[in-house]
Amino acid sequence: MSDSAPENRPAWKMSGGLVSALPIIVLLILGFGGPMVLVLIYSFMPRGSFSIRKAPSIENYVDIVEQNFYLSFSWSLFLALITVVILLAICYPLALAIKRVSGRRANLLTLIIVAPLFVAENIRLQGWVLFLDKKGVLDGALNSLFGLGTGSLVNNVPSVIFGIVYIYLPFMLFPILLGLANVPQDAREAANDLGASRWRVFRDIELPLAMPGIMIGGLLCFVLSLGAFSESKFLGKGVIVTIAQDIESAFTFGQNWPRGSALSVILIVIAGSAVFLAMRRINLERMLAKL
Amino acid sequence: MGNLSPLTRRMLSSYIGVILVIMYVPIVTVGLASISKSRFFMFPIRKTSTKWYEQTWSSLQIQDSFITSLSVAACVALISVILAFFGALAYARYDWRGRSIFQQVLLIPIFFPQAVLGLALQLWFNSLGISMSWEATVFAQMVWIVPIVTLIIAIQAFGYDAAVEEAAFDLGASRWMILRTITLPLLGPGVFAGFLFAILLSWGNFPLAYFTSGADVTTPEWLYGKMIGGYTPMVPAVGLITVLLGGVILIVGLKINGMLQREQ
Repeated sequence: MSDSAPENRPAWKMSGGLVSALPIIVLLILGFGGPMVLVLIYSFMPRGSFSIRKAPSIENYVDIVEQNFYLSFSWSLFLALITVVILLAICYPLALAIKRVSGRRANLLTLIIVAPLFVAENIRLQGWVLFLDKKGVLDGALNSLFGLGTGSLVNNVPSVIFGIVYIYLPFMLFPILLGLANVPQDAREAANDLGASRWRVFRDIELPLAMPGIMIGGLLCFVLSLGAFSESKFLGKGVIVTIAQDIESAFTFGQNWPRGSALSVILIVIAGSAVFLAMRRINLERMLAKL
Repeated sequence: MGNLSPLTRRMLSSYIGVILVIMYVPIVTVGLASISKSRFFMFPIRKTSTKWYEQTWSSLQIQDSFITSLSVAACVALISVILAFFGALAYARYDWRGRSIFQQVLLIPIFFPQAVLGLALQLWFNSLGISMSWEATVFAQMVWIVPIVTLIIAIQAFGYDAAVEEAAFDLGASRWMILRTITLPLLGPGVFAGFLFAILLSWGNFPLAYFTSGADVTTPEWLYGKMIGGYTPMVPAVGLITVLLGGVILIVGLKINGMLQREQ
C-alpha cells in the first residue's frame, strides 16, 4: 500500500471502490435483496401459509386473476398515470419560473417549497381533510363570508388525486430543476438570436436537454404513487381501494401472506418494468456531475 | 435572465406564490385545529384553547412516541451518513469494475413503493425470528435513506478536484491520512446536508416504521392510529409540534451548513 508509483494509482482506486461500497452492498442485500426473494418465494406458497417449506403452487396468482383485484390494480395505475401528467404540467412551469425569476435565491426558494416533505404524510393529509371537509376551513370561511359554502370536498376520487399530487410534488420538482440545470442559458440565447420562435426553443433545445430530469421525476412519481395508500384512506374514505391497501389488508386483517406477496410481486413487476425501460435512457451520473 | 418583461415576471412570481401557499395550507390548518377548543373542528373557530397541548404534554404515550422517533432518527442519521460517505466515494470517486451496477442498484430502494418495502421487511424479520422494534425500524429506514444520502454526498464528491488527493498520494500520504485531512473536509458540507436530510426523512417517515416497529410507536404512527381510530384535537397538536421540531432542526441545520460552506 505504501507504493506510491503513479502507475499503481488505478489499482488503488479500484480496490478502494469495492471496499467503500461494501457496507452499502451488504445493507442492500440484507435489507432489500433478501426480503424481495422471500416475497417471491411466499407468493408461490399455498394460501394462508406462514412458512416457506410447503410445495409451491400458483394458486395465489390464480386467485388474484379470478377475484376482482384487477379493479384495485386499475385504480392504482390510473392514479399513478394521472398524477404524473398533472405533476408534469404543474412542475415544469414551476421549475422554469423558479429558475428565471429568483436567480441566486433559487435554492432557498426550492427548499421552502419542498420543506413540507419532511412533515409526516399523515399530518399533511389530515390538514387537507380539516381544510376541505364540511365545516372545515374552506367551507366555514365561505359560509361565514358569503353564506354559501362548498360543503364537503373530500371522500371522492378527485380529492384522492389531489392528495397524491400534493404529496409527491417535491419528487417531481427536484428532478426537473436538476434537468433544467443542464440547459445552458447560452444555447437558449443562441437559438433566440438565430431567430428561433419560443416554441422551437422549447421543443428543440430546452425539452431535449432537460429530458433526463423530467423522466426521472415522472418515473419517481409514477412508482411512488403506484404504491400510495394513505391518500385514498384519508381523503377517499373508501371510495376507492388501491393495490397497496389490498396488499396491506392481505398481510394484516387477511392473515394471508402468500396472497399479499403475490400482489406485491405483480406491483413490483409493473413498477420495475417502468423503471427499467426509462432508466436505460438516462445517465444519472452525468446529470449529478454537472451540478 | 434579465430579459423577462415585467408582466411575465409578475405572472411567474405569482405562480410560484400560489404553489407556495398551497404547500403550506394543510400545515396552517393543522395549526388552527390544534388551538380550537371544541372536540370537533369547526371553522371559524369560536373559542381557542391550549388544553390540547396541555393534554399532549402530559400524555406518557406521546412522550414515548417522541423519544422513539428521535432515537430512530438519530441512529438512522448517524449510521447512514457513515455508510453513505464511503458509498459516495465508490459512487463518484473511484473507478472500479462494479461501479455502474452499483450506481444503478443504489437507486432501486428509492424507486420503490415504501409500503411494499415495509411489508416485505416485516415478512423478512418474521422469518428470521427478529422481533419488531424500533431497532428494526432503524434498519428498515436505512434501506431507503442510505441511498438518498449517498446521492447527496456524491453530488459534492463530483464537484471537487480529485487531483489534490492524487497529489497527496503521490507524495506518500497514507490512505487514512488522505481521507482524514483532505477528503472528509472537502466533502464536509455534503456529509452534513446528508445527515440533515436523513434526520428529517426519518422523522417524517410513516410506512417503514408502521410495519417494522412492533410495540414501539413513532410519532407518525401514533398520529395514524388516532386518525384511524377517531379524531381528537391532540392529533393536530402533536402534528404541529412535530412540524415545529422538524422546522427547528432544518433551520439550525441550514445555518450550520452555511457556515461550513463559507469556511471552504
